[in-house]
Amino acid sequence: MAEVTMTVNGKSVTKSVKGNTLMTEFLRDELRLTGTHVGCDTSQCGACNIHVNGNLVKACTMFAGEADGAEVSTIEGQANADGSLNVIQQAFQDHHGLQCGFCTPGMVMAAASLLKQNAKPTEAEVRDYLEGNICRCTGYHNIVKAILAASGQDVSGIAAE
Amino acid sequence: MPKDHGIGASQKRREDVRFLTGAGNYTDDINLHGQAYVYFLRSDMAHGKINKVDTEEASKMPGVVRIFTGADFEGIGGLPCGWQVTDKNGDPMKEPAHPVLAQGKVRHVGDPIAAVVAESLEEARTAAEAIELDIEELPAVVDMKAALADGAAKVHDDLSDNLCYDWQFGTDTETTDKAFAEAAHVTTLELVNNRLVANPMEPRVAVGDYSRANDESTLYTTSQNPHVIRLLMGAFVLGIPEHKLRVVAPDVGGGFGTKIFHYAEEAFCTFAARQVNRPVKWTSSRSEAFMSDAHGRDHVTKIELALDADNNFTAVRTDTYANMGAYLSTFSSSVPTWLHGTLMAGNYKTPAVQVNVKAVFTTTVPVDAYRGAGRPEATFQLERVIDKAARELGVDPIALRRQNFITQFPYETPVAVAYDTGDYEATMAKMEELMDIPGFPERRKASEAKGKLRGLGVNCFIEACGIAPSNLVGQLGARAGLYDAATVRVNATGSISVMVGAHSHGQGHETAFPQVVAEMLGIDESMIDIVHGDTSKIPFGMGTYGSRSIAVCGSAMVRATEKIINKAKKIAAHLLEAAETDIELKDGQFSVAGTDKSVAWGDVTLAAYVPHNYPLEDIEPGLEETAFYDPSNFTYPAGAYACEVELDPETGEVTIEKFVSADDFGNVINPMIVEGQVHGGIAQGIGQALLENCAYDENGQLLSASYMDYAMPRADDLPHMANYTVDHSCQTPCTHNPLGVKGCGEAGAIGSPPTVVNAVIDALQSGGHKVEHIDMPVSPSRVWAAMNG
Repeated sequence: MAEVTMTVNGKSVTKSVKGNTLMTEFLRDELRLTGTHVGCDTSQCGACNIHVNGNLVKACTMFAGEADGAEVSTIEGQANADGSLNVIQQAFQDHHGLQCGFCTPGMVMAAASLLKQNAKPTEAEVRDYLEGNICRCTGYHNIVKAILAASGQDVSGIAAE
Repeated sequence: MPKDHGIGASQKRREDVRFLTGAGNYTDDINLHGQAYVYFLRSDMAHGKINKVDTEEASKMPGVVRIFTGADFEGIGGLPCGWQVTDKNGDPMKEPAHPVLAQGKVRHVGDPIAAVVAESLEEARTAAEAIELDIEELPAVVDMKAALADGAAKVHDDLSDNLCYDWQFGTDTETTDKAFAEAAHVTTLELVNNRLVANPMEPRVAVGDYSRANDESTLYTTSQNPHVIRLLMGAFVLGIPEHKLRVVAPDVGGGFGTKIFHYAEEAFCTFAARQVNRPVKWTSSRSEAFMSDAHGRDHVTKIELALDADNNFTAVRTDTYANMGAYLSTFSSSVPTWLHGTLMAGNYKTPAVQVNVKAVFTTTVPVDAYRGAGRPEATFQLERVIDKAARELGVDPIALRRQNFITQFPYETPVAVAYDTGDYEATMAKMEELMDIPGFPERRKASEAKGKLRGLGVNCFIEACGIAPSNLVGQLGARAGLYDAATVRVNATGSISVMVGAHSHGQGHETAFPQVVAEMLGIDESMIDIVHGDTSKIPFGMGTYGSRSIAVCGSAMVRATEKIINKAKKIAAHLLEAAETDIELKDGQFSVAGTDKSVAWGDVTLAAYVPHNYPLEDIEPGLEETAFYDPSNFTYPAGAYACEVELDPETGEVTIEKFVSADDFGNVINPMIVEGQVHGGIAQGIGQALLENCAYDENGQLLSASYMDYAMPRADDLPHMANYTVDHSCQTPCTHNPLGVKGCGEAGAIGSPPTVVNAVIDALQSGGHKVEHIDMPVSPSRVWAAMNG
């Protein structure tokens, strides 16, 4: 067991963890932040996407110990200070970018990372960026639309109908 | 102006807020005080005789609470199959035992042999490695035709062979043979409907709990139908009376059919919690899901289509081998029969349709319903053979379909179903308009200028949804009723909880269902909440599958709401001192017809619970009603789909350049949700057509057991938005349910695979390649091989 200290969604936390504790386990089991989901065991699905020091990371690919001293942000830390949905979250709701909701936290975290790097991505760039995220419900159509809308682009002309 | 309220409004989903903020409550988010963890030791061989499972050393490992093996389940029921199919010789299908943990033999990779319950998952997994196994490997049974050959190894030693049933349905052989003998043209096609894995993004989870205080078990599970699990597990497996068993399916991260079934892990956790007197939790890994979730499809088919000299379809005959896997999963037997055979008429007035199905046991994971369940398999073969016939006859595939459409309704098919309504010409015309069919030659030229081949594929389909009249399915072998139920509980201050038997795992019931009640009562949706997924809270419902939620459970909700309105009008009449027949309900106000006298919804609901001024001599206090709804027929959504693909002749790579779906779902409650359902279904259908394949080698090893090997569709595999339209403007309302709805959940997955493959073949033919068929997934290597073979 080793002690780790990190900032998670703006709050400092210190916990003792085993060396093989994955970041997913740390967030879900130790901190009870269950919005970070585990959808696979080969780092393919992206349901566990979080931000570590501002970078998009699949939490299943790192040990909690590796996050010692880091700034960590999860889906639970994305809403506005007043609790309302942030721009990306709101766009997902507005454009029906989620169904069962399981992949959604990872999608939102990926979208935030993309828009930070590329404020006005093209549709092709959005689709390419989502290469590491699997959704089984939506067919991605409305996820892509939501991300374009969150970037401030007009998607009304490319409505499904 | 589009509606923003009630039926037909694209209301934003209320459930999204919790999912978008990480506040969803999925089964793996549930942790109970003192819980232990289970790890299943699973077979790594396809077929073997268990000589010994020695747990002695493993039991001494740190943290181990108890290790269970098949011996612990002696005398306890196995997992039941919910549908009895009768062989064409009159015998019942063969139903092998399906123990919770393997007994005597292992029959597929992933078959659970032992279960280690420990203080932590890590300790359980470590201890499992110390279990000593002596399993004698037996020959794998993988190929279905080989499984039926003389001398084939038997999956179940107590059965005479590997044939579960040989089923025949529809037009009799003499009539069918005569139609083929008299045909001017016969087109034949052999094809495979590839084995798939449903892959909801949330792996299955089960948490069993037991209360000694009242001898009550609770199971939290990732299920589409908690009451079905309670009934099957309580009555058939563990012998727990239903009033002592509660099943909770909280937020469920997608189902697509594979979370309908009752699984060994659910029974195990419920059983083990009683045995060790503490909660027991199992969380599937994705790799484990690939070898323990029921798979889908896996049919090998030969279809023949007979046409007369005028190109009218005169007969269809189909012979299918359907893989059951090693055991009969809950609804497995019904998929290749009643959910497949009954759809073989398609949208066409073919007078003779005969369906033959051999269901086969193999040493593979059980196969059961997956999005569409039987209907994609029917549509794929029919629409592929029609396309081939059009090419052989040199006629336009759209015209050939159109000429043979059913145009008069109701229509009784030769395969036992009666389509109540439809307009196949309307969806075809809508598809042609949206697809810009006349512009295709120009688009093909543009592709060819880039060195690509371009193909156009079309497809029509019909499905039977809203499953189904209980008396009918009972005659067909179902061991369950297929009604659904809803309780509308109006609170004193006028807010409403609607407890429904349907389960929402992505379909948006929490938003769409209140729209119906709000419309009926004229109140705001925000006053209405939906409660689902907990057998201790909801009436006995059959759950969500077969695109049935709004058609069946929604109808129950309408009936219960009608009862509420009737009672509320009595109360209002009393308050207004008027005759009940004069009371009108509009916009949440009860008024006396022709007067300005009225009382508000809230006045009436308060009177029901504070009955000081109330007709107590005539009606009871309170305002809560339940209705069970059993439909009189299936619903028959139908549509016409088209797509254009570009094919790179250098690599065999296929991309989808344009896609249109024109569906008839009858009336639509929330268009936004409906379109989302179609998008999702189409993505799964395109996945089947181009990417996904669950593959076994000849030794029965599962080759595609992770997302490294099983190609899930990703965002860049699907058509771009500007070239993609899903339309549901053609609406022929269902004639026999109160909402006129048909269901939309499976259409995309049914309609899209043949559309894509038809387009690929068209592209190849345009390049001079005489390729008539490529089995799915139409991968670059298969396309390249077909071009260069």
